[in-house]
Amino acid sequence: MPPNRRINIDLPLVIVAAVLSLYGLAIVFSAGKTDVHTVAATAYKSQAIWLVIGIISAFSVSRASVRLIEWMTVPLYVFTILLLVALLAGLGSGAGTASSTSGWLTIAGHRLGQPSEFAKLTVVLMLARVLAQNRVAPRSMIELWKPLLVAGAPLLLIMAQGDLGTSIVFVGIFFAMIFWAGVAWQLLLLLASPVVSLILGFDARIWGAWFLLLLALVLWYKPFLGEGLFVVAANVMTGIVGPLLWEHLPPYRQNRLKVFLDPTVDPRGSGYHVIQSQVAIGSGGWLGRGYLHGPQKRLAFLPEQYTDFIFAVVGEELGFIGVTAALALFLFLFLRVIRISERANDSYSSLVAFGLLASWFSHVLENVGMTLNVMPITGIPLPFFSYGGSFMLACWLAVGVLARISSEGRGGKVGPLRV
Amino acid sequence: MSFHPNDVVQRGRAANAIVCGVLLFLLSAFFRAQVLRNQEYTLKSEENRLRQIPTAAPRGVIYDRNNKPIAENIVGYSVNLLPQNEDTLRSTLDRLRHTINITPKQFEDAIKRYRRDRTRPTVIVQDASFDVVSVLEEHRMEFPSLIIQSAPKRVYPDGQAVGAFVGYITEINEGQLANLASQGYKAGQLVGVQGLEKQYEKELRGREGVQFVEVDARNRIVPNGRTREDVTPQEGPPLYTNIDLDLQEYIHGLFGDSTSGAVVAMIPKTGEVVALYSSPTIDPNRFVGGVSTAYYDSLRSDPRLPLYNKAVQGQYAPGSTFKLATAIIGLEDSVITFDTHMPQACAGFYYFGNRPWKCWKKEGHGSLGLASAIAQSCDVYFYQLGQKIGLTRLVAGGISLGFDKRTGIDLPEEKRPIFPTSVPEYFNQKFGARGWTAGSHELNLSIGQGDNSQTVVNVAKFYSALATDGSVPTPQIKRGTPQRAKSMNISQDQLLQLRKAMMGVLAAGGTAAASAIEGVSIAGKTGTAQTMRYAKDGKPLYYAWFAGMAPADDPQIVVVVMIPNVTFEGSGSAHYASQIIAHYLHKRVANTIINTG
Repeated sequence: MPPNRRINIDLPLVIVAAVLSLYGLAIVFSAGKTDVHTVAATAYKSQAIWLVIGIISAFSVSRASVRLIEWMTVPLYVFTILLLVALLAGLGSGAGTASSTSGWLTIAGHRLGQPSEFAKLTVVLMLARVLAQNRVAPRSMIELWKPLLVAGAPLLLIMAQGDLGTSIVFVGIFFAMIFWAGVAWQLLLLLASPVVSLILGFDARIWGAWFLLLLALVLWYKPFLGEGLFVVAANVMTGIVGPLLWEHLPPYRQNRLKVFLDPTVDPRGSGYHVIQSQVAIGSGGWLGRGYLHGPQKRLAFLPEQYTDFIFAVVGEELGFIGVTAALALFLFLFLRVIRISERANDSYSSLVAFGLLASWFSHVLENVGMTLNVMPITGIPLPFFSYGGSFMLACWLAVGVLARISSEGRGGKVGPLRV
Repeated sequence: MSFHPNDVVQRGRAANAIVCGVLLFLLSAFFRAQVLRNQEYTLKSEENRLRQIPTAAPRGVIYDRNNKPIAENIVGYSVNLLPQNEDTLRSTLDRLRHTINITPKQFEDAIKRYRRDRTRPTVIVQDASFDVVSVLEEHRMEFPSLIIQSAPKRVYPDGQAVGAFVGYITEINEGQLANLASQGYKAGQLVGVQGLEKQYEKELRGREGVQFVEVDARNRIVPNGRTREDVTPQEGPPLYTNIDLDLQEYIHGLFGDSTSGAVVAMIPKTGEVVALYSSPTIDPNRFVGGVSTAYYDSLRSDPRLPLYNKAVQGQYAPGSTFKLATAIIGLEDSVITFDTHMPQACAGFYYFGNRPWKCWKKEGHGSLGLASAIAQSCDVYFYQLGQKIGLTRLVAGGISLGFDKRTGIDLPEEKRPIFPTSVPEYFNQKFGARGWTAGSHELNLSIGQGDNSQTVVNVAKFYSALATDGSVPTPQIKRGTPQRAKSMNISQDQLLQLRKAMMGVLAAGGTAAASAIEGVSIAGKTGTAQTMRYAKDGKPLYYAWFAGMAPADDPQIVVVVMIPNVTFEGSGSAHYASQIIAHYLHKRVANTIINTG
């Protein structure tokens, strides 16, 4: 009797992902319905095709054992890094819609995709592999050099493309995964502290208070002397250098941050996107202006309405009810993935699942947050919603991986060695 | 790596809490924006997409006493653009030039209008012809920011004939806007700047309507966009006047293009102004939709001052028309009666202050009573009457007869006449305490010269009192309740005798005997006042006055004609006045027949 090759599909996971994708597709369709037609008008067609491709790919991936994925992790990661280097070396080209970066892989004039979307996946896999090797959770920074390198290399490469938003996602993934690997929260805080200093450096008193707190934390956690000194020094550095660094930021970056504090300082320029997005969402009210009928979208006041600011269309046309539904679906997805991480069969699978969760979560937080200016504006797409083939495919590949991990975990039917 | 189940459960809980907390936080941000601040954002969204296009209200129609229109509205078109900024306005105007004719002035005006008010559509052509509009409609798709509105256009069917009192309207300018902004005026609106259009601006303007159009992010108008219901403009209420358009036209024909002058005709009992004319005058139609520079310059450079309303703005020495006032003051003070003869008979001059004061008639009039002195306008008689009255009483009497006041006619241009305000303060201030003597002023004032310049309408007001019971009516162009005030303290019998004396003016031997007409008994007084200017041939120029009323026994109309800077005398003006009276009364007779028949 041939072995049963069917796996036990995690139906709630797949269904919620499918519902989110269809919801997103409907919004992409609506986003194309503007009075003066633009390229967005036909975006839903290719989005639908990519969704189908994504689902098929997810199914294929779910047939592969986690062990196979683990085995492929290193080559995939190396390949990703090489691709990113290649982009920098001249194969990249600026994207027309989602971001003004050079994140597109272009060969002979054909845009093949955005490697940075897949880099998110491979970095999660590689981090999981590196972190899973530890028997005990790292207690000091020096023990974290490997994960730092794994996440840091692609982060720097993508930052070099000029895509700040995507690189922030890597930071989110990194912290979430070392947290899941059992790193103490105090150490997480010490690691993150220089960034906090960078932000608080603008106000000497607040920074001073933070610095005292940090000293207390250092004394309590008692890291290695060198590391403790390093953290303190790094905080002093960033606290002082931060304001100086600010001066050297290109004006458009400065504006984005200034506008985050008050969009009305530049209502026609940098503040325009977020003001129009807020107006669109706010005017939606409880029930919205009606599917396809949002005036802000229809009359092109809302920019990037089918990519980065697609969630504003949800808010405008379907109102608070539509927003609540979308966020509830995301919540369900996240809680489901946390459950998968908890029940995973081994630490590698568990870390992969949690890393994928972190990736989605940071996308949702950043993208949805920026539509209401609770997060600064970065060109980060909304999973399952924003128009973009590579991202849709990457999201569904993640669903496939998660489905496999789920079926191999507790409650699943497939053993770890099944192929 | 610590994956002890307990640790995993603990971290899982933390992760669940963080995820729930963050999503709840996001949801609360949406609740705040969508539910709590919904109104504010809805308003902003509407502001984004809706543009209010003001629709002009038709101004109230102005009717004459027979309800014929003096000013009305016809359908016109205005061409507007709703530009995104000044650059797009300029480029659209450049493109429009290929389709319709746009003058450089219209181009510049459009830019100015846009700068004045960026929220309103910019008017490009205020009064576009139907041809222009149909050409533009054909090219509609090329100009998404184009708005063609039907706009009421003001028309004055009788043009120049009514220019003197109806005034005109223009697009509001920056100076006016500063004053009127508090009354809800906005750039681009029309405003009455003279005459009735200005006087009754508040009523006539009506209320502007609003048309909503939907625009997209680039300010392009969305065809058949989803908008709010339009607010229809409210036409101003009609203005009913006392003007007799037929008489007004007749007077205009009488003066033609060559004679300048002013006429005020009013019904003495009520103060109804049936005609008010100033020649030459403006054609208010040519101010609608913006006056052309050439026309305005021709008005400004005309030496006959067409922009100056000779009936209510012009101040002219009243000359002998004032002698009735001198007579009344004398009668009021009982200085004279109708039988009184003056100490010196008229020998063509009166000797006073070491020099002879001339009478207009070189040969002299001999010794006259009051009635003959009025009919023959004997200066020597009135010099002596003035001396009898004395300067103080002469001035006080003139003041109580209203020669220092505006009539209160409902025209914004009316000027206050020039007349001494008090004795001796007025003269001390003007000439210095030692610079004048009462004597010469007594003489000058008594015959309507000196410090006395009257508006034509004020003289008409004074003669209206003479034509009735001695009380003055307020001249009214707008129909309303008459207002009268007692002004002279003489008996009805004395008034009757004064009118009889004025009938003598048009009888044989009177100064205007030649102007008598058959079938109508006219009472009146000529006036020939010196202008101190001279014609090219050296002849002196006069203000030729005639103030008349008819029928003399029960005056139905008072007509005052003043023709400035002419070599002929008041009798010349009498000629105009009698024809005006005849035209008016004959028509009334005809009307009466129709009414009774």
